[in-house]
Amino acid sequence: MTSLANKRRRETVARAWKQFRSSRPGMIGLSVLVLFVLLALAAPFIVDLDELNPVMARAAGNPQWGSPSEFWPLGTDHLRRSVWAQFVWGSRVSLFVGLAATVLTILIGSVVGVVSGFFGGKADAILMRLTEWFLVIPFLPLAIVLASILGRNVWNIIFVIGVTSWPSTARLVRAQVLTVKQRLFVDRSRSLGAGGVHLVGRHILPNVSGLILANATLAVPISILTETTLSFLGLGDVSSASWGKTLEEAFVNGAMIRNAWWYFLPAGLGILIVVLAFTLIGRTLEEVTDPRLGQGR
Amino acid sequence: MLTTRQPETRGRARFILRKVLGSVLTLAFVLVFNFFLFRIVQNDPIGSLFRGRNVPQATVENLRIAFGLDQPLWAQFVYYIRETFQLNFGISYQSRQPVWSEITSALPATVALVGVSAILSAVIGTVGGVIAAWRRNSWKDHTITSGTMVFYSMPDFWLGMLLLVLFAVVLGWFPVGGITDAGTTETGMALLLDQIHHMFLPALTLTLAYLGEYALVTRSSLLDVMGEDYLIVARAKGLRDSVVRRKHAVPNALLPVVTLTAINLGFVLSGAIAVEAVFSWPGLGKATADAIRGPDLPMLQGLFLVFSAAVIVFNLLADLAYAWLDPRVEGA
Amino acid sequence: MTEPILSLRDVSITYNTGSGSVPAVRGVSFDLARGGSLGLAGESGCGKSTLANSLLRLLPAGTDVTGEILIDGQDLLSLSPGGLRAVRWTTGAIIFQGALHALNPVQTVGRQVTEPMLVHSTVASESDAKRRSRELFEKVGLPVDRVDAYPHQLSGGQRQRVLIAMALACDPQLLIADEPTTALDLMVQAQVLSLIDELKKESSLSLIFITHDLSVLTYVCERLAIMYAGRIVEQGLSVDVFGKPSHPYTQALAAAFPIIGDTSSRMAPSGLPGDPPTPGNLPAGCPFHPRCPLAEERCTEAEPALRAIDPAREAACVVI
Repeated sequence: MTSLANKRRRETVARAWKQFRSSRPGMIGLSVLVLFVLLALAAPFIVDLDELNPVMARAAGNPQWGSPSEFWPLGTDHLRRSVWAQFVWGSRVSLFVGLAATVLTILIGSVVGVVSGFFGGKADAILMRLTEWFLVIPFLPLAIVLASILGRNVWNIIFVIGVTSWPSTARLVRAQVLTVKQRLFVDRSRSLGAGGVHLVGRHILPNVSGLILANATLAVPISILTETTLSFLGLGDVSSASWGKTLEEAFVNGAMIRNAWWYFLPAGLGILIVVLAFTLIGRTLEEVTDPRLGQGR
Repeated sequence: MLTTRQPETRGRARFILRKVLGSVLTLAFVLVFNFFLFRIVQNDPIGSLFRGRNVPQATVENLRIAFGLDQPLWAQFVYYIRETFQLNFGISYQSRQPVWSEITSALPATVALVGVSAILSAVIGTVGGVIAAWRRNSWKDHTITSGTMVFYSMPDFWLGMLLLVLFAVVLGWFPVGGITDAGTTETGMALLLDQIHHMFLPALTLTLAYLGEYALVTRSSLLDVMGEDYLIVARAKGLRDSVVRRKHAVPNALLPVVTLTAINLGFVLSGAIAVEAVFSWPGLGKATADAIRGPDLPMLQGLFLVFSAAVIVFNLLADLAYAWLDPRVEGA
Repeated sequence: MTEPILSLRDVSITYNTGSGSVPAVRGVSFDLARGGSLGLAGESGCGKSTLANSLLRLLPAGTDVTGEILIDGQDLLSLSPGGLRAVRWTTGAIIFQGALHALNPVQTVGRQVTEPMLVHSTVASESDAKRRSRELFEKVGLPVDRVDAYPHQLSGGQRQRVLIAMALACDPQLLIADEPTTALDLMVQAQVLSLIDELKKESSLSLIFITHDLSVLTYVCERLAIMYAGRIVEQGLSVDVFGKPSHPYTQALAAAFPIIGDTSSRMAPSGLPGDPPTPGNLPAGCPFHPRCPLAEERCTEAEPALRAIDPAREAACVVI
C-alpha cells in the first residue's frame, strides 16, 4: 500500500517538475538562485577570509575608499577592505539567515495552521485569535523591539523573524487544511478506523505540502529583506556581516557623501537579484501547485 | 414597504459595534504585551542605563524607587496602565525628555512624509494596475508588472541611498538630509517650500517602494472582475469600452484596493523607519533608529505602542470603509 | 412581404484559443419573421450560446465570424463600432442566464435598468428613465420599490425578472433569451416562461429562445431548430418537431424532457449513450452517427445537408 502511495507521490513530483521547467521565469529564477548559492558555498575558496580583516588590509597596502578602477573588482571601504570580499562573504549570511528564518516561520505557521484546521473547535478559536493579534502588531517595530532586547546575534535575528512572520503562513495552511478535510477520502479513511496522526501524515500533509512550499519560497524574500533592514538599523550580528550590515557600515561611515557607490551598490543589488529570483520561483510554484492560477495570468 | 430598511440599519450598527470592540480588545492585548515584553526580558533597566559608568549605589537605588521598580510585578503593571492612560510613557534615556513629548514632536514630520507617499503610491499604483489589467499581456502590462516587482524586491532604504547619491550628492539638485537647511531663518511659505524640497527624495523613495503592492493588487482584482458576466451585459447594452471599464469594472475592482489603502495607512507610521534614517528625516522613524542605538527602552516601548495603535485604528477604519462601500456586506 | 427581423446565411464561428481553433458554429442559416419566435435547442457545446452572443457581436476579440447576419436589414458584421453600439439593445437585446453574475453587484437594479435608456437617449430625462423603469418592473411582476435594491437582496426569480425588464428597456424589436430559466426551480421557470410569452404577444416582439430543455420551447416558440455539433440538424414548427420528431437526435432529445405539467408525458427520460463531440474533434461524416440508433455505413461518408422532409420541415439525415 505504501509503495503505491509513494509511486503516486513520485509521479506527482515529476509532473510538477516538468511543468515548472516549462516556465521561463521560473527557470531563470532557479538558475540565478543556484548561482548565488554556489557563490555563497564557494566563498572560502574564492575569497580569503583575511581580506575582511582591517589589519591585514592595511598591511596589504590597500587604498582607502578605493574605487573599482583603483582596486579591482569592487573597490575598498573606509577600512581598506575589499568590497568584493564583503559581497561574497555577505551572501552566506544573508542567504543563511533568510532561509533559516523562513524555515522557522514555515514550521511555526504550518504547525499552527494544521492543528487549528484539523482539530477545530477550541484550539482553532484560540490559535486564530492569537494569529489575528500578531497580524495586527506592526511587524517591523515588533522585530526591532525583540531584537533590541534579545541582543545582536545571528540566532536571535533568525528567531525574531520567525516569530513575527508566521501568522500569514498559519492562515494559508489552515485554509488549505480545511479544504482538504472536506474531501471524501479523509472521511473514508476515518471510517476505516484511522487515527489522527495517520490522517495528518498520510492525507493532509501531502496535499498541503505543495502550498507550503510555494508559500515558503515567497516568504524567503520577506525574511531576507527584514534581516537586511534589521542589520541596517544596527541590530545585526556584529561578527558575521550580511549584506544588510555592509549597507549599514556604508551609511554610517559616509559612503554616500563620498559618492563611494561601489560600497553600497553591490550589496543592495545582490539582495534585489536574490529576492527577485525567489519571487519568480515562488510564483511559478504557485501556478504549479494550484491549477486555477495557471490560467493565462 | 419601507420597513425593509430597518433590520439592515440595526444589523449595520451591530457590525460597527462588534468591530470597535474587537479593536479595543486588540489594543488591550498590545498594552499587556508591551508591558511584559519589556519588564520580563529586561530585568534591570536602571542598571543598564548606567552600564559601565561609575555611579554611586544610592543614586541607582533612588532612581529605582522613582521608576517604581522596587514594587512587585502586578503593582508595576497597574502603575503602567495608569500612566499609559495619562500619556505618561516615561523618560527617554537618551534625551532625558518625556517620551510622549518626543513622540509628538516627531509625529508631524512622519505623517507628512508617509502620508504624501502613501497617497501618491496608491494613486499611481492603482492607475498602473488598471492599465496593466485592461491591456493584459501587452508590453504595457509587462513593463508595469515587472517594473513594480523590481521596486518591490529591493530594500527601500537602499533605493533611498541610490537616489540620495545620484540627485543630492552628484547632481546637487536636492539636499542630503533633514527637513530644513541647518540654521535657516525662513518662515511661512519659504519655509514650507524648503521643507517640500527636503521631502522630495524620501517621498520619491517611499512612493516607488509602495507602488508595487497597489499595482499588483489592483491588477489582479481587476482581472478577477473582468471575467464577470455583467461586463459582457454592459457591452451588450451598447456602452463604450471605456465606459464599461469606468462604471462597471473598476468600481468592483477597487473594493480590495480601498481596504489595502486603509490598512497601509495604518502601517504608515512604522513603514518609513529605515528611509527616515537614510535621509535624516526628523520623524518617528528616525526616532526609532536613534532609540535602537541606545537602546533607549522607554522610547522604544512608547514608539511600539504608538505604532501598534495606529495599525489597529486604521484596520478598524478599513473594515468600516469596506462595509460602507460594498452593499453585499450586511453586517450580520 | 416584410423582410425578416433576423436573417442568417451560412454563419460559421470559430474561436481562436491558445491551443488552436475551435469551430463552434458551422454553416447555420435561418430566418426569423417579424413577430415570430424561434427556439434553439441542443446539448451544451452544440454552439447555441455562441450563436446567440454573435447576434450582438459579443464574442471575445479574435473570434472569426463568417457568413451574413442581417438584423433589421442591417449587415451586422460590417457595422462600425458606433453603428454596432447603436444597434445593441435598441434593435436587439439579450436576456442572459445566471442572473446573479449578469448583474453588477455594487449597483442598484434600477440603475442597471435605466442605464441603457440614458445611453441610447430613448428617454428625455433621468426622471423619465426612472419612471419607465418602474413601469417595466410592474410589467414583469416585480414590486416597484425593489428598484433601489441591490442584486444580492433579490431572489433568483426576481433577478431573472430584472434581466427581462432590463432587456425591454429600449423597446427592442428582437429579444434573445439565452437559457433564461435554466438556473431556476420549476415553479419559477413556469412563471418566467408565461411572462415571456405574454410580453411577446403584447408587444409583438420577435423572440429567439435558447435552451437545452425542449419541453420549455414548445410552449413559447412557434418554430424550433435543433442544433448538434455546431449545425442545425432539424427545424420546423415546434409542434411538429417536438410532437413528431424526424431526426434521431431530436427523437432522443424529445424523449428526455417531458412537458412540464403534462402528466401523460411524464415518462422516464431515456438517456443518450455517449457525449456530444468536442468541437475540434468531430467524427467523420454525420457527427451524430456514433450515438445514433439508426446509423448505417453511409453515415460515415459525408455530413448530411438539411433537406426538406415535409413542406415546413427540414432535417439533416440520410437515413430517415
